Amino acid sequence: MSTQPADPFATDGYENRPPRMGFFTDTSVCIGCKACEVACKEWNHVPEDGLNLTGMSYDNTVGLGADTWRHVAFIEQRKPAPPGPDGQLRWLMASDVCKHCTHAACLDVCPTGALFRTEFGTVVVQEDICNGCGYCVPACPYGVIDQRQDDGRVWKCTLCYDRLGDGMEPACAKACPTDSIQFGPLDELRERAARRVDALHEAGVADARLYGEDPHDGVGGDGAFFLLLDEPEVYGLPPDPVVTTRDLPSMWRHVAAAAATLTAAAAASFAATLIGRRR
Amino acid sequence: MSGKHRAERPMVPKAEFTSYYGKPILNPPTWQSPDIPGYLFLGGLAGGSSLLAAGADLTGRRALSRMAKTGAVAAAGLSMVALVHDLGRPARFINMLRVFKVTSPMSVGSWLLAGYVPAAGVAAASALTGRLPRIGSAATAGAALLGPAVASYTAALISDTAVPAWHDGYPEMPFVFTGSGAMAAGGLGLLAGLPARARPDETAPARNLALLGVAMETAAFARMEHRIGLSAEPYSAGRGGAYVKAGQALALLGAAGSLLSRRSRIATALSGTALIAASAATRWGIYHAGLASARDPKYTVVPQRQRLDERAALKD
Repeated sequence: MSTQPADPFATDGYENRPPRMGFFTDTSVCIGCKACEVACKEWNHVPEDGLNLTGMSYDNTVGLGADTWRHVAFIEQRKPAPPGPDGQLRWLMASDVCKHCTHAACLDVCPTGALFRTEFGTVVVQEDICNGCGYCVPACPYGVIDQRQDDGRVWKCTLCYDRLGDGMEPACAKACPTDSIQFGPLDELRERAARRVDALHEAGVADARLYGEDPHDGVGGDGAFFLLLDEPEVYGLPPDPVVTTRDLPSMWRHVAAAAATLTAAAAASFAATLIGRRR
Repeated sequence: MSGKHRAERPMVPKAEFTSYYGKPILNPPTWQSPDIPGYLFLGGLAGGSSLLAAGADLTGRRALSRMAKTGAVAAAGLSMVALVHDLGRPARFINMLRVFKVTSPMSVGSWLLAGYVPAAGVAAASALTGRLPRIGSAATAGAALLGPAVASYTAALISDTAVPAWHDGYPEMPFVFTGSGAMAAGGLGLLAGLPARARPDETAPARNLALLGVAMETAAFARMEHRIGLSAEPYSAGRGGAYVKAGQALALLGAAGSLLSRRSRIATALSGTALIAASAATRWGIYHAGLASARDPKYTVVPQRQRLDERAALKD
């Protein structure tokens, strides 16, 4: 909720924990090879979810879901792509993933406690607890987590929780041949990203911007953030996501007022008949 | 993109926006119909009925009390069935009671129902069998205490999502829901007047409650639609809009019927049925409008982009 500090660990009393880990996905060097998608599927035993040709450039996985935890987006634009000539086709590629939000709506609304915050600051589903209520699905402002049809439970990126525990980097980052996907302590990644965006601006790539790195944004900053070359919505990302539970204290107040109003309405309904009888 | 309402709503930004191949940004709710809209409807019917039952006991209206208590426990029981049926893993329903989280309206609701359903059950059993009247009275009071929360918490349940039509309407939604619940419970109460031996004033409070419910739901819904701009569009278009319109028509019909038909038991009962159907139609409308607003990236992108642009303009 909004009153929480931007540090998800601030109040839990766990000392000497590992630093908060995350992803910095620099889409300016993504070549669209989908090694991340494949590595993720293989390592995490994510089932096949259709071999379809969508006609959406080279994108045949469409978006993140229960069975797609890394998704490479392909955008074909007729824009001057520096340093090329005007009117050249620009091909944007970006590997999307769960953002592991500082204020994670999925985690907040989970009624069973199946979703939890790990010691690495990531957000993970405990599959032996999840009862498939599906509340986290519409709560996620990014459209990441989803229900697996034949299984009933919800699934998403774990930031390879099992690998992190053994000091290894997540499978997608390991497989990325261009270091578009960088894994590390979030503080370091944020510094590295700031330097990278400056370098790109100096090189004349004015479109370069960071997405999800700001701890003051609507979700308290993402554990997995991005360097983009166009507006977020071009990549299918929400331009200004806000954790829905930010408004929950106000929602509860309105619920309480409405409940009181209902009680008063019922009382008035009976009181009116007494007045009628006396007349 | 549908531009039907553009001319009528100058406050709404032009629906020009960029998206990724028109794909939704959100993953739409996996909640199924009739489970979840039914759950919203039945919770309101049950909660309102428990209030009516307590009032009926206090004012000596036995037929109304029995009708309301039976309706409350039936609705609450059915709503539990719907909730469990909608789970991806129904056998793990009990995991709902593994933790208590105030940040999760579904967790709060599960605990609420864990208290409410037994109370409504004992109240109904006692009323129908005539046994254990003191325990029955205590259960009736308990159900009346928890009933309003059962009727209203579901508004927080759907508003506490990223679904634009649901989230943006959060201040009014609880009043829409309790109004709708009062309408349904009042409608059910009117059916208590059907037997020939029923006293003429037996159903008067039910009629009053239904009328207050119609007024509350209509006012809150109108205010919500007016205030949330673009996010309200799915409430007047497509499947959601059709259900909402049907709900409004049935509510008017039921309200007018309940006022004009006091002498006819059959007409009163028909009015009550219309009011119950109106409440259900509104819930189905809200459900489908939410799905529509999650499936179209316009409802996610346009307001967020506008927010960013306004913030940027303030900085300059």
